[in-house]
Amino acid sequence: MLAESLALSAALFTIGVIGVLTRRNAIIVFMCVELMLNAVNLSFVALARQYGMAGQVFVIFVMTVAAAEAAVGLAIIIAVFRHSQTVDLRNINLLKG
Amino acid sequence: MDNYGLWYQFHFYLFGLVSLVSAVAFVTRRSPVAAAMWLVVTMFCLAALYVMLDAQFIGAMQVLVYAGAIMVVFLFVIMLLNLGQPSEFADARGIWAKLLAAVVGIALIGELALTVRFGVPSGQYTVPRTFVTDQVAKYGAVGAVARPLYTDYSLAFELTSILLLVAIAGAVMLGRRRDVDAR
Repeated sequence: MLAESLALSAALFTIGVIGVLTRRNAIIVFMCVELMLNAVNLSFVALARQYGMAGQVFVIFVMTVAAAEAAVGLAIIIAVFRHSQTVDLRNINLLKG
Repeated sequence: MDNYGLWYQFHFYLFGLVSLVSAVAFVTRRSPVAAAMWLVVTMFCLAALYVMLDAQFIGAMQVLVYAGAIMVVFLFVIMLLNLGQPSEFADARGIWAKLLAAVVGIALIGELALTVRFGVPSGQYTVPRTFVTDQVAKYGAVGAVARPLYTDYSLAFELTSILLLVAIAGAVMLGRRRDVDAR
């Protein structure tokens, strides 16, 4: 089941990348990043069967990073929304010269 | 290769297919709430796959942390900012961005397929074949993960606490309002 798991992981990761590139809603872009992290977790768990427990331990760390990222990222989205009344990524261009 | 029963394979492909379909539904929904719900379906299917891949504790954590905590935070923000209804800004980018995404997606899936096909030697084990199942039988589903986490990876585990502290401080810092702040 290793090859199937890795193929599914690759497909989910690609869907996440396409979502990040095509969507304009900042919250959906964030959820696409979560989907990519989930895809990576699946390959970690699948490979843990062949290469030892370290893969499953890493999934715990990835989940921690994902939780921290969601907290900070959503706080940034709320701050941006308070500033410009929208989460459309077209309007978030303060760094553009 | 390992030998798996037909029942196991059927459920593996079933959950894999459902997770793929719901992931596609997730990126194509206009409404953020519908997208979040489809993402929850994907996460539940992945939790089932984790359990089938001998990672029972990770499957439980997937349901609790991802589907339970992180997605609730997302839905809370959608509710708080009143973004529930699909509107014109929820729309996708223009045709050039879509073409770029298609090219990047095809390149990425091709590269990953080549890696899976030739890069990962299937059936080559650096640990005994039943290592994970033995660990789970010996220490329990939690203990099998907790043992390496608190021994070999204890430094990384401790550093995680700093990451969480920074995240909490950053979220509070970014989330507070300026007018309240001025008082």
